[in-house]
This record gives sequence, structure tokens and C-alpha cells, in this order.
Amino acid sequence: MYQWDFGILWSYRWLFLNGLGVTVGFTVVIVVLGLVFGLFGAFGTLSRFRAVRLIALTFIEAFRCTPILVQLIWFYYALPILAGVEMTPITASALALSLYGGSFYSEIIRGGIISIDRGQSEAGAALGMTPGQSMRRIVLPQAIKRMIPALMNQSIIQFKNTSLVSVLAVPDLVYQSQVAAHDSYRPLETYTAVAVAYAAILIPLTIMVRRGEKRLAVGE
Amino acid sequence: MSEISSKIEIRALRKSFGSNEVLKSISLDVAKGGVVALIGPSGSGKSTLLRCINLLVTPDGGSVRVGDTRFAFGEGTKLPDVKTLARFRATTGMVFQHFNLFPHMTTLQNVMEGPVTVRRMARADAERLARAQLAKVGLAEKADQYPATLSGGQKQRVAIARALAMEPDVMLFDEATSALDPELVGEVLAVIQQLASEGMTMVIVTHEIAFAREVADRLIFMRDGVVVEEGRARQVIDNPQAAATRAFLSHFHRTGALPPANAES
Repeated sequence: MYQWDFGILWSYRWLFLNGLGVTVGFTVVIVVLGLVFGLFGAFGTLSRFRAVRLIALTFIEAFRCTPILVQLIWFYYALPILAGVEMTPITASALALSLYGGSFYSEIIRGGIISIDRGQSEAGAALGMTPGQSMRRIVLPQAIKRMIPALMNQSIIQFKNTSLVSVLAVPDLVYQSQVAAHDSYRPLETYTAVAVAYAAILIPLTIMVRRGEKRLAVGE
Repeated sequence: MSEISSKIEIRALRKSFGSNEVLKSISLDVAKGGVVALIGPSGSGKSTLLRCINLLVTPDGGSVRVGDTRFAFGEGTKLPDVKTLARFRATTGMVFQHFNLFPHMTTLQNVMEGPVTVRRMARADAERLARAQLAKVGLAEKADQYPATLSGGQKQRVAIARALAMEPDVMLFDEATSALDPELVGEVLAVIQQLASEGMTMVIVTHEIAFAREVADRLIFMRDGVVVEEGRARQVIDNPQAAATRAFLSHFHRTGALPPANAES
């Protein structure tokens, strides 16, 4: 029978905290950047111009239909050779994760926008609004309400996806715990603690999302 | 310039959706202060014609003039840009069959939206204007409610107030009572009738023949994308000349009292 000894982890507390800080900070960056990419992607696919639609769709499908782990490695090892730009592991992984998340966000945003009845933008147009005004004043405020649960869900996935940056030696929670596990010969305790740490952050978030969904449903 | 007094002038208007020709060279004049009713079976093109007047639908050919603004369509003409279109639409009010109120705004905010966003009116002025328009349609006390809490008839009256808040020269009604329960039709028709008596220029697509007879001065019967018969409303309804008009009108009670407008909202 295995003898659990979580006490051993205490001496690595600063390492873990450091890693957790990187993971959380990284998530914030890739969620914000991802939402920006997602907005561009969504409006690109809804553009009046065929060429813009095509570019947006290509971007979305390229990132949606390839594994994120492959993208991470590709951005770090292949892109510098092809484009001649040297990237730090942090830049490469932030870019890859943001674009990956952005491709999913853009589908969520696009779906939210087209779910709003055509009559709404027609009513805006009939009042004399430009397409931009009716998007900002009429369509988006209604669409965002419908998008929020899905966007939150995708962001939770993004939080967990940051664990993959350890393959590029970005010192996130997983990377630091690998260091701790090798050092202490206690991988069971280490990775159990890491799993608990992820869950401890995400479970309250998922509860918030669920509450939010209920409130939005009532507000409809 | 033969008909300088007309508010709306439509010439040789054509529109196809794919291979389906919905409007086949339609011409139409509406005098200032005139009320024109457009009637006809579904698929006759009357709603499309109405939507061409404020260019929610872009015609394939012909011309549309409302007031001093004229647009020509067809080969060799450039489509108006979005700014020009928006400015043009701000001068025409439209009321839709399914109301299309903005569900995320209160009744008051719905009515204020055009003045604030399009006319760049100060909020306080817009609110005063919006409250006056709500009072006009008898819904002053519903200002702070959301559309979801209103009856169909109330929603449509808010939609009329919203259009009126732009102080348009022309009002277009696209089957404004077709989605309403029968007992709610009267309150909406009463508002439209009041507008007519105040001299608003209006084009009304409707199935309410008795109402058209009462309120419209001209009536246009359309079928398959052409104007079959046109004339003074009472004359056409009481004594239709074309066989198609007679056949269509035989489905309706043409005279009699209008549905009562309930006193309370």
C-alpha cells in the first residue's frame, strides 16, 4: 500500500505558487487576446466581401481543426525557420493559444450574432441606423447575452490548455510541478496536488457560469 | 415636373428574387397627406413594394422618390452607400407585422433609440419626445416596462411611437395588424386612423378591407407583381372593375364598423 505524504510538498510551496501565478496570468492574456482574434474572426466571416470571409474562415478552420499541442510546437520550432522571427517560448505559446482560442471564440460570437432575428436589424435600419449602429446598439447587446455561457465555457478550456505550455519549458504550474516531482521523487502527491489546484480554481468559476446562465434565462 | 405635390413617387419599379419576378414595373404616387392602402393576395408583391419605398429591399430597376430625395436603380447606376441610405430611411417610419421591438430596452428606451442614436438628440429632449409619443398612442404609463410584458396590440402601438419619434414625413405599415389577436386589432387601427386625420402621408399594406375603405383615400390592388386596379378606396372596394379584384374582395366583409378600440390600454 502506497504511503501518501503530502507534507513533503510544503517545501516546494513557492515553486507551486510561482507556477500558479504564471498559469493564471497566462490564461488572462490568452483569453483577452483570444477574444480580440475571435471578434475579428466573427466579423470576418460575416463580412460583405467574399475575400474577407474566405480569409477569416481559413484562419478559423486552420486553428480549430489541428491539435493545440502541434500548434504550440509548430509556433516555437517551425515558424522561426519559415518567417525568420525568433520567439521566446512565452510569446510562441501565448500566440498559439490565443489563436487557437480565438478560432473557437469567433464561432461562438458569429453564432450569437446570427441567432438574433433579422427583424431586429431591419427595425434599426428603418429608424435610419447605419449597419454599424444597429450592430452596436441592437444586435450585439442581445447577442452577447446569448454568447456569455459559451464564452465562459471556452475560457475554462483555455485555462486548462495552458498546462500544455510546459512542453516549451514555460514555467507554469505543470512545469514547476515536474521540477518538484523529479526533485522529491513524489510524483503522486505532486500531480494530485496540481489537479486539485486546477479544480479549486475552476469549480467556483463553473458555479458562477451556471448561476449567470440562470439569471440570463430569467432576463430574456 | 408634373406632380410636384406628390410626396412619394415610384416609377417603373422592378424587383426579382432569383428567377421570381416580384415587382413588374410598378408606378405609384402618394400625395402629401395622402393615405394609400395596398391590398392583394399573399405573394402579390405588396410587402416588397412597401419595403422598396424605404429601400429595405433594393430594387433592380426604376426609381423611388420620397420628398426631395430620389434614387434610380438598374444598369449603370451605383447603389447608394450606407450613410446615404441611413439618412434617407430616417425620414420614413416603418411599422412591421411582427413589431420588431428591441427586447433589451424598455418601452421608453425603444422610442428614444432613434432620436438618440440617429438624430443625436440630447437624452433629456429625446425622453420628452418619447414620452409624448407614448402618450399619443395611449401607453404613457408603460414607459418603464419591457416589451415582453406587453400585449400584441400594445407592442404594435409602441412600435408606432418608436417610428413617430423620428418625426418622419411618411409612415409605412407592413401588415401592422396581421399578427394580432382579433380583439387587439382595433386599438392599433385607431392609432393609424388618428395619424391619417392629422395629415400624415401613409402607405398601408393591410388585409383589413373595411379599415382601408374607411381610412385610405386611394387603394391599390396588386396581384403577381402588377397593379391590377387603382382608384379611390371606396370606389374600388364598393365597385371593383377587374375580375381579379372582385374575386379577391369577395373574401372580405368590406363595410361595417371598424373593430372597436378598447378605451383602456
